[in-house]
Order: sequence, then structure tokens, then C-alpha cells
Amino acid sequence: MSELSVDHLLGIKYLKPEDIQLIFETADHFKEVINRPIKKVPSLRDITIANLFFENSTRTRLSFELAEKRLSADVVNFSAASSSVKKGETLIDTVNNILSMKVDMVVMRHPNPGAGVFLSKHVDAKIVNAGDGAHEHPTQALLDSYSIRERLGEVAGKKVVIVGDILHSRVALSNIFALQLQGAEVMVCGPKTLLPKYIQQLGVKVETNLIKALEWCDVANMLRVQNERMEISYFPSTREYTQQFGLTKKIVDSLNKEIVIMHPGPINRGVEITSDVADSEQAIILDQVENGVAVRMAVIYLLASKIKR
Amino acid sequence: MSQKLLLSAKEIDIILHRLACQILENHPDFSDTVLIGIQPRGKYLADRIKKILEEEHQISNLSLGYLDITFYRDDFRRGEKILEANKTDINFIVENKRVVFIDDVLYTGRSIRAALTAVQSFGRPTEIELLTLIDRRFSRHLPIQPNYRGRQVDAIDLEKVKVNWVENEGEDAVYLVSR
Repeated sequence: MSELSVDHLLGIKYLKPEDIQLIFETADHFKEVINRPIKKVPSLRDITIANLFFENSTRTRLSFELAEKRLSADVVNFSAASSSVKKGETLIDTVNNILSMKVDMVVMRHPNPGAGVFLSKHVDAKIVNAGDGAHEHPTQALLDSYSIRERLGEVAGKKVVIVGDILHSRVALSNIFALQLQGAEVMVCGPKTLLPKYIQQLGVKVETNLIKALEWCDVANMLRVQNERMEISYFPSTREYTQQFGLTKKIVDSLNKEIVIMHPGPINRGVEITSDVADSEQAIILDQVENGVAVRMAVIYLLASKIKR
Repeated sequence: MSQKLLLSAKEIDIILHRLACQILENHPDFSDTVLIGIQPRGKYLADRIKKILEEEHQISNLSLGYLDITFYRDDFRRGEKILEANKTDINFIVENKRVVFIDDVLYTGRSIRAALTAVQSFGRPTEIELLTLIDRRFSRHLPIQPNYRGRQVDAIDLEKVKVNWVENEGEDAVYLVSR
């Protein structure tokens, strides 16, 4: 297969296993490119991409922007804080205005779940979802799986536990879809208040004891506690969360095998993971960041190859 | 679809030996020279030339890399066929080196144009030469000519020159395929 089955990357749930395979194989080539002395290829010279961030982001936006620039695309950035959105403009109006300036692709982060899907039905541009509310964050899931594949050889058959705030996490949902699509087993682990009620229906194991979860897994993906999305308290105190679900060196050393440790960032050091674990050999957190650029280059390249003039 | 044999295994063998000798004539010392096979099909020819130089001319310090030009092509999104990338494998810097590009068929010259851009990512070579097994005359879109030429072929645009290698297709042969 040499073409994606989708016209937009709106979520992992719209992808087929072959799409993920194609994205990874393409990302392998781009990973080689970004490790060259000159880290740039001219493929997307005639493509203009708008990065629309209606919600704050540092690393995802930087990563997308780097990926776009390394493919030689023209890039315009937009963040909601400094825009007409504040003046009451609707999403479609905002985007159509930007598209009138001849933009071919839109990378969008939005606080509302489904914003990307909505947009893809109403505007004529390729849409890449860079996170929509607590729904999906497909490129993060792809780069997570890509990093697992890089470290362990393959994703199929591996046991992955996602620890922490599953309820508010788009990273968790996209990861569950992506891992299952590639034949991995998935477990979620966290305080009951932060586990969605019907999460089992997605075919994942549920565990509330961190030690048991870690003993089961090959890979632990430690999520950040998203205080900004919590209107009410889901656990008594950060200190109590850390005592029950924080990953420490002591716990890692007590396991009878070496597990791979991941974190989508930004890390709350000392909350969900301690510094000595985050900076250890077993942690592939910075590999994830590097792979993020290669994977995003692959996604953008493959979607752009479907633009016909 | 019919095909006509242009070169047999024996003829290819003779030509490869001649091409290797011609490179040697211009590059008696390989300390500053690097060979780069253009992916995907130039790889086989480059491997053969390297083998002859090493085994029959005792060149021991030969650097060979493979360059993929997919992301540098000027027909991205223009054709029906989606471009598939191959592996670039160049573990040296071409800065101040004499580079010899190796590809099986020179047709429009656009692949070589892309390769000229792509190789810049690995430094600034002092010079770049081109070796090609088949030179399709009168079909160039760009002012690019080979320095080392295996065989010149006159073919019309509807025809395709197909180079087979033992390593891949099970035989050494060059065919002219007409559709």
C-alpha cells in the first residue's frame, strides 16, 4: 500500500492497520532525513499549512511546525488568544477566512471534541487533528506506538499500561485505538474517579493497583494529571495521588523485568513520575519527542500527496 | 506488450568492466572519490561496479552510498502513481569529495536533477560525475549528460527500457519494452 485510506487525520479510529504501517515506514525515511547535517527536503514547496491552535500547546505546535518546515511547506500560525475568535467569530468563518488565503492543509487543536470532523465536512482542505478536547490526539498516539516499535521491535503482542487521568485524556483514547489496531494488549490504571465508567467496552483491562499493572506490562505510559480540565476534585490531594500512582525508582527496581517508560509530556516531576525514573535509561520520553517530528512529517507528507491540483 | 533484448548478460558483463576501468582512469586514487547509487534501481549497478573495482582492481578504500531522491522529485502529486520512498544510506560526508552518481537508465534527466539537490544535504562535493548503463538519447528534458555511458539507446516515449539484475530479477539483461 502506498496511499492512506483517509483524506484527513481526524482520529485513530478512522485508520486501518495498513495506514499505521505506511505512516511508520514513511516516518523511518524522515527520521533519517532529520538526522542529516541538512535536515530538510523540498517535497512540499508548493503547500501552505495553517496551524490553528484554539487551545494552548507548546511541544505539539513546535513539533508540527518543525515537521512542516522540514518538508519545505509554507506555514502560518494562529492562536486563539490573539484572534477574532474572542470577538465572536464562528469556527467555520475563521477557517474559511484563512482558506481564502489559499491554504491547503489545516492542523487544528480545539477544546471541543469532534471539531476536526465538523471542519472536514465544511471546508475544502486536508485536516489534521492536533487534539480535540478529551477526544483524540492521533499524532501523539502514532508517535507513541512508533517509539515502542523502535525500542521493542514491534507493537503487536506487547502489553501496554496507560496510567493516570484516563477520563480527561485524548492521548489515552487515541493510544488505546492505535495499540489495539496493531495487536497490542492495553490496560488502563488510575484512581476509579479518573477511569471512565464504560472503559471496559473498548476491550481494555482495568486495574487500580499500580504495582499489579506494572508487573503485567512491557510498556508503561505515564499520563499527566490534567488539573486544568478538572472542575471538581477527583482525588483528595496531589500527595495522595503520587503515593498511589506515582512511578518511583524504588517501584521500577522492585519489578522482576525491565519495562519501557513513556510520558507524553509535559511532565509534572515528582507527581506522576519522579525525576530519577524520567531521566533513566528505561525512559524513552525524549525519543518520543524526536520521533514526533518524523511521524508528523510522514502524516503531512502522505496527506499532501493526496492533494491534486 | 512485446519486448526486445537490447543487452545480454555477456554484453552487460563486458560493459560493466569497461565502465569500471573508465572510472579508474579518471580516479586512480579513491581517497577523494565516493560512489553514490541512485535508489531504487541504481543500487544494483553501483554494487556491481564496486565489486569489480574491489575484486579485479584491488581498490580497498571504496566508499559507496545509496541516495533516495523521492522527497526531491519535481513530480510530487503530479502523476497518478504515488511515490514510494526508499532507504538513503550514506554514512560519509561528501564535502570536498569527487562524487560519481550511478544509475541504470538516464532518460529525462529529472531523477539526476533531484539527486543533485538531494546530495547537497550531505555537503558540497568538489565535482559530481554521472555513470549510467543506458543512455536514452534525444529524450532529455534537462541539460544533463553522462560522463560514463554503457550503451546509447534510441527509444520513443511509449517504450520503456527495463534493466534486469541477477540479484533481483534472476538474470542480467536489458530489454526494450513497447506498450
